[in-house]
Amino acid sequence: MDKIPTLKDIRPFVSTRNACKLCAPLGASVALKGIEGCVPVIHGSQGCATYIRRYMISHYKEPVDIASSNFSEESTIFGGEENLKIALENVIGQYKPKAVGIATTCLSETIGEDVEMQLMQLRDLAKAKGWPELFTVSTPSYQGTHMDGFNATVLGVVKHFSSKTEPVERVNLFPGFVSPADIRQLKEIMVDYGIQATVVPDYSDALDNPVWDQYYRIPKGGTRLVDLKTMGGALASVELGAFTAVRQGGGEESSSADWLEDKFEVKKYQSVLPIGISHTDDFFDSLTKITGKEIPDKYLMQRGRLLDSYADGHKYIFGKKAVVYGEEDLVLALCSFLDEIGVEVVIAASGADSGRLMEQLKIHCPVHGENINVLSDSDFEQIGEMSKLINPDFLIGNSKGNYIATNLNIPLVRVGFPIHDRIGGQRVNHLGYLGTQELFDRIANAMIEYKQNNSPIGYKYM
Amino acid sequence: MERLIKERITQIHTVGESANELNCDTKSTAGSVSQRACVFCGSRVVLYPIADALHLIHGPIGCAAYTWDIRGALSSGPQLHRLSFSTDLREKDVVFGGEPKLYKALTELIEAYKPKAAFIYSTCIVGVIGDDVEAIARRVSKEQEIQVLPVMSEGFKGTKKDGYKAACDALSMLVGTDDTYQAPEFSINILGDFNLAGELWMLQDYYKRIGVNIITCLTGDGRVDEIRKAHKASLNVVQCSGSMMHLAKEMKEKYGIPYKKVSYFGIEDMAEALYDVATFFKNAEMLDKARQLVSKEVNDLLPALAPFREKLQGKKAAIYVGGAFKAISLVKALRLIGMETAVVGSQTGNKDDYDLLKKLCDEGTIMVDDSNPNELSEFVKEKGVDLFIGGVKERPIAYKLGIGFCDHNHERKEALAGFEGMLNFAKEVNASVNSPVWKFFKR
Repeated sequence: MDKIPTLKDIRPFVSTRNACKLCAPLGASVALKGIEGCVPVIHGSQGCATYIRRYMISHYKEPVDIASSNFSEESTIFGGEENLKIALENVIGQYKPKAVGIATTCLSETIGEDVEMQLMQLRDLAKAKGWPELFTVSTPSYQGTHMDGFNATVLGVVKHFSSKTEPVERVNLFPGFVSPADIRQLKEIMVDYGIQATVVPDYSDALDNPVWDQYYRIPKGGTRLVDLKTMGGALASVELGAFTAVRQGGGEESSSADWLEDKFEVKKYQSVLPIGISHTDDFFDSLTKITGKEIPDKYLMQRGRLLDSYADGHKYIFGKKAVVYGEEDLVLALCSFLDEIGVEVVIAASGADSGRLMEQLKIHCPVHGENINVLSDSDFEQIGEMSKLINPDFLIGNSKGNYIATNLNIPLVRVGFPIHDRIGGQRVNHLGYLGTQELFDRIANAMIEYKQNNSPIGYKYM
Repeated sequence: MERLIKERITQIHTVGESANELNCDTKSTAGSVSQRACVFCGSRVVLYPIADALHLIHGPIGCAAYTWDIRGALSSGPQLHRLSFSTDLREKDVVFGGEPKLYKALTELIEAYKPKAAFIYSTCIVGVIGDDVEAIARRVSKEQEIQVLPVMSEGFKGTKKDGYKAACDALSMLVGTDDTYQAPEFSINILGDFNLAGELWMLQDYYKRIGVNIITCLTGDGRVDEIRKAHKASLNVVQCSGSMMHLAKEMKEKYGIPYKKVSYFGIEDMAEALYDVATFFKNAEMLDKARQLVSKEVNDLLPALAPFREKLQGKKAAIYVGGAFKAISLVKALRLIGMETAVVGSQTGNKDDYDLLKKLCDEGTIMVDDSNPNELSEFVKEKGVDLFIGGVKERPIAYKLGIGFCDHNHERKEALAGFEGMLNFAKEVNASVNSPVWKFFKR
């Protein structure tokens, strides 16, 4: 059996070879799974919904029901309105949802479907039949990546549900595309600060359910619709991530927190995903500013233990060369964390192309930022070919880069989405002092294990 | 069974109870969360195992991303099929047309990877934006001097089955293009095996032992140059008939090659497959060898299966797989290990398949075409099954309810075909059904 072919020379390609990104409707589906009682409908061919379900199921190991409007040749020529209506009737009849979020696809966008308009026209029927909340978000897969779909959907949800309300003692939290375990931890932090938080999206339960004694057509959990409606009156919004802005009609960009600030003057606090001491400190500082409360002791202890482990483990990772890939926000946060612990990031790659990754990396990686090879609009073959030249010590990213690590005979530290070749991807902690601790231990141990496996010296004691 | 979709009632049948025939071969109902995929998916899974061809997916990135290295289809040599190539169309390509990008992508990839042939898969929007994929294929074919085969697999143009047909259409352009080859006596093609977890290699060994030569397998461990010679075979042996029957029929018409439908799952069907071929060649020695082979394998296998049969006796299973012909074999294979089938269904079965299933299954068995998670979860609960056989999309339905699961889809990592496969199957079923973890679950 041969190896998967690799090219001897590096050359530019017009085509994408082993994509390091997914399409926008996938991001939309993940976000919609985090809204209470919401069923996603993908407006396009049956395959879009099924592929995305399969992709998500392989990672979350949970039932992921996503309906499709199931375009046919007829609907492609004459429009998908009728199909959408049938799909809504069937989804609502079967699932009894509290909301239905409709994400468009390359197909429905290309034939010029105006779903917003179609929903307007269905309004009377919907009212008569007592249908739940219906909203749509534009997610053609020829535009950006799954992250654009995710962010556009969060913004779509915020716009649909929020209005000017009385001030409420709540804080809006936009965690970004993180793991269910991360969201659980963020919610715990909010509780410990005494903050009533509206976390959007909150798929901490729906995409990481306990075992069931009966089958739930819609899993429990998700951001409550009543809470979504009060977002305009919240004390503040905390947005995690530096690449959350969505391109609006007219070309201007706005994230969910931006929009709430512009529209309802909800103060926005933004930080890089809290991975590493620096950005986790920033995140806790925001919460302290909002509430006037000091950081709870529990987290000071976590921080202290994390620092203690930095002392225990720093030598094993110092000067190691890392290849980091994935979504821009995850890449930025990981690089910043690695920079903080003495690892040299040699390649930072993403399938996305915001045009801002390099600038952000330079700001947030003060030690080695200048030396990072930044690959935007990249793919796994390009990452693999570059890695071969540089000889890194380890890779950190989702499971799709595993073949590169295998070819180079170096470890892959699996983080983010998807983790298709292991169990527990939904339970990986990345954020906060706790998540950083998990990542730090895993990275240090990967380096120690590598050395141990390739060394004649016994490693019975350290 | 409340809250089922009205339109779906005709696609559900209870053996011995329902008056109506099972309705199949229809498009999925909008909003039903079908377990099926699309036309593109059908084409992609069929052609994927051809290991020395370039597979370029023309469209936005999703279709390529979700089908990268998607099957456990092994190759004994080249691994080019395990890379995912896409034209990754962007907004400007959609507005101004994707042809220039397709031309550049195809040319650069052929130059870099030097494949034996190239398949271009059309996805949903390609037809809508009016790209002439066939013209680009002809042009590049001429310039690069390799065959470039367009696969007309726009997702919305039917069901997964139409994708199988589009794949067969592309394959039939390849079959017959090498006329210099002289096939030895008793040569066959295997159609519809995809060499999942190396299953084809076991079959090849069986056929070799009875004196049969295999020219090519479509498409498991497939090679372009072998497929070109496929028209020299005396017989096409067709498994997974849903995907490959179209090609078998076409080769019969075009080259006069007869075909036989077989299955390699379970002892009975595996033995039958070998006897059928020997009978076809009217060769006493071959038939004799086949009998010896089967008796040796069965003699080895049965004692090995016995302990599993003891542990699995009387347990109930639900089956929901892609093709109904596979479901038929699974019902038989389950019986061999003492298990009964309480629910059986498929994404793409046809009337003949379901008629056969009806005869085979016990009264009260639920049969279903193109089902969805809601129905499947109701059925398995109603029947109180101990095992669910399906693919990745069915797995969480089983696990959430505390039911054992066996992956019998194209991503499986264990070889389940042939005599050895039967033992693997029994082991895997036992490992799930009899795991002690279920005692903590309330069913």
